[in-house]
Amino acid sequence: MNILVCAKQVPDTTEIRIDPVRHTLIRDGVPSILNPFDSYALEMALRIKDACKGKVVVLSMGPAQAKNMLMECLSVGADKAYLCSDRVFGGSDTLATSFILSNAAKTVEKLEGPFDLILCGKQAIDGDTAQVGPEIAEHLDYPQVTYAVEITAGEDSVVVKRETDTGYEKIRVKTPCLVTATKPSFDLRFPTLKGKLNARKAEIPVLTNAEINLDTNLTGLKGSPTKVKSTFTPPVKEGGTIIKEESDQASAAKAARMLSEAHII
Amino acid sequence: MDYSGYIISDEQKDIQQMVRDFADKQVMPRAAEFDVKGELDWESYNKACEMGLLCPDIPEEFGGSGMDAMTCAIIREELMRGDAGFGLTLGTNGLGIKPILLAGNPAQKQMAADTILSDKPGRDPRWPEKRFGFAAFALTEPDAGSDAGACRTTAEKVGNEYVINGRKCFITNACYADIFTVIASVDRSLGYKGLTMFLVDAHAPGVSIGKHEDKMGIRQSATCDIIFDDVHIPEENLIGEVGKGFNIAMKTLEQGRAAIGSSCCGIMRAAFELAVKYAQERTSMGKPIYKNQGILYKLADMQIAIETTRQIGLYVAALVDAKDPKASIMGPIAKCYGSDALQKVVTEAVQILGGYGYMRDYPAEKLMRDAKIFQIFEGTNEIQRMIIGNNGVRANKIS
Repeated sequence: MNILVCAKQVPDTTEIRIDPVRHTLIRDGVPSILNPFDSYALEMALRIKDACKGKVVVLSMGPAQAKNMLMECLSVGADKAYLCSDRVFGGSDTLATSFILSNAAKTVEKLEGPFDLILCGKQAIDGDTAQVGPEIAEHLDYPQVTYAVEITAGEDSVVVKRETDTGYEKIRVKTPCLVTATKPSFDLRFPTLKGKLNARKAEIPVLTNAEINLDTNLTGLKGSPTKVKSTFTPPVKEGGTIIKEESDQASAAKAARMLSEAHII
Repeated sequence: MDYSGYIISDEQKDIQQMVRDFADKQVMPRAAEFDVKGELDWESYNKACEMGLLCPDIPEEFGGSGMDAMTCAIIREELMRGDAGFGLTLGTNGLGIKPILLAGNPAQKQMAADTILSDKPGRDPRWPEKRFGFAAFALTEPDAGSDAGACRTTAEKVGNEYVINGRKCFITNACYADIFTVIASVDRSLGYKGLTMFLVDAHAPGVSIGKHEDKMGIRQSATCDIIFDDVHIPEENLIGEVGKGFNIAMKTLEQGRAAIGSSCCGIMRAAFELAVKYAQERTSMGKPIYKNQGILYKLADMQIAIETTRQIGLYVAALVDAKDPKASIMGPIAKCYGSDALQKVVTEAVQILGGYGYMRDYPAEKLMRDAKIFQIFEGTNEIQRMIIGNNGVRANKIS
């Protein structure tokens, strides 16, 4: 099974700070990492490769420095990586991004052969839209399954275990298809010594619009109907109070007393 | 000769970061649990092996990664920072096959590499979680430690076989091993000149493993006796030549020392990181304790020890890579210096953490227990000083 994994380089949010005046992320000096959900998608792809052969190709869109993140993907076992990078792609919203990526995927298919499965993280931790994966599926007219925690490959289909609000669903979907990954019970594997050394030497081809050949009215800022009016940081939630008395009745009584003291009831 | 090579390359930095990340995420969070149990953390161990951190010095022609001594020292420092017993368990396999890589024939080298790098699960019924191969270097005996010449284990030639009898003690990884490299005497009247190195199948009839020693520190590492009772091995398992065993053993230890400085450095870093964090968090008399000169100077001395030990360690590794005979002079210096500095650093870390440093719930006291062995094993520091002292006299001999 041949798999394309879409990955994004994002600022490490464990180290992020917000500019208190402009309400934007301070990106200076913040290290960039592989989007965690994309790392789960990559691990799922590598597990399928371990089980039934095939190849794993990683595709990203971003500035040239995203190559570092792609090198990381190669060092854990991806076979090949492509970077989509062009000034006319800059400033794309999710619609333009998914348009570019779906066409880039077709360009990569011409070089690498057809993909049975496209895997994305459910969302990137910087924008948190969870739109790009599903939109790629729409552009390609592929069936899609979101929030996967486990994927089992079959002959001409995959079985996806997906997380829902109330539990799990298992869905068999015909290939080619697109699946987005949420946090499974595992993490991305560690790189290998040989993988690390090979990744340093690997060539990561850059796909510009010369290769993908898109109408530039549909890419970048021009192709993005989303206009950001302002961004803000949601107020930090204060910690709640946990009521755990010896009996349920005592807990209920305490809750009622506290609500009454706060003049809520 | 110029050894500016011990400023590490970008490629080595990349490997360093990879192993550091592994130690942070996988080894360190589990280290306290396995220290208490006195068991190897098999899950982390198997992951390290999958990453290629097991004997990275095996040459590429035998299927290994062919890393030089410098890179191996860098890897070792990061692993030891994670957990000393864990790092030693991995590293000692390298010592186990080193005599073969140094003096064995191509068939023996291939056999050793295949044994170590084979990742078939469940092939060793004693250790269900074991996947990759283990090797142990069997030199020490109850009455022959640093004085290897007093070796009582014998190898008697009978037809086209050798028959090995004797007992080795304090052998790291003995209980997991698939192969041993064993030093034995073919003729005890010859003293050092009778000592010979053999490759012994750890599962051969007549081999038995003694009890797992309950140690003060490095508790993820297993240390046991090995008893050889009429163990027959084919004569092809002779490593190098008859009578050359002592030389091979010394060369093995010399190369082993290339990583000892770096090992000490790793543990020191773990201690320093604890201390420098605590010294900022802990306030006393209205200010963080690092603002007191008494604590700040300790933090300074710890860093001086770390950086100097690292440089000596990498220097020895660079000498080994350059095949410079000075490695045999510098190895003992790095070993003594690094392990002595280590004692000071871990003691100061415990001191800075105060009462918490002494408590088993905090990781500082474990580092102090782990540290002590480095002054003892691979030739005690007293023996190293005999070597260093005599080297100095020999180099400045008056007629």
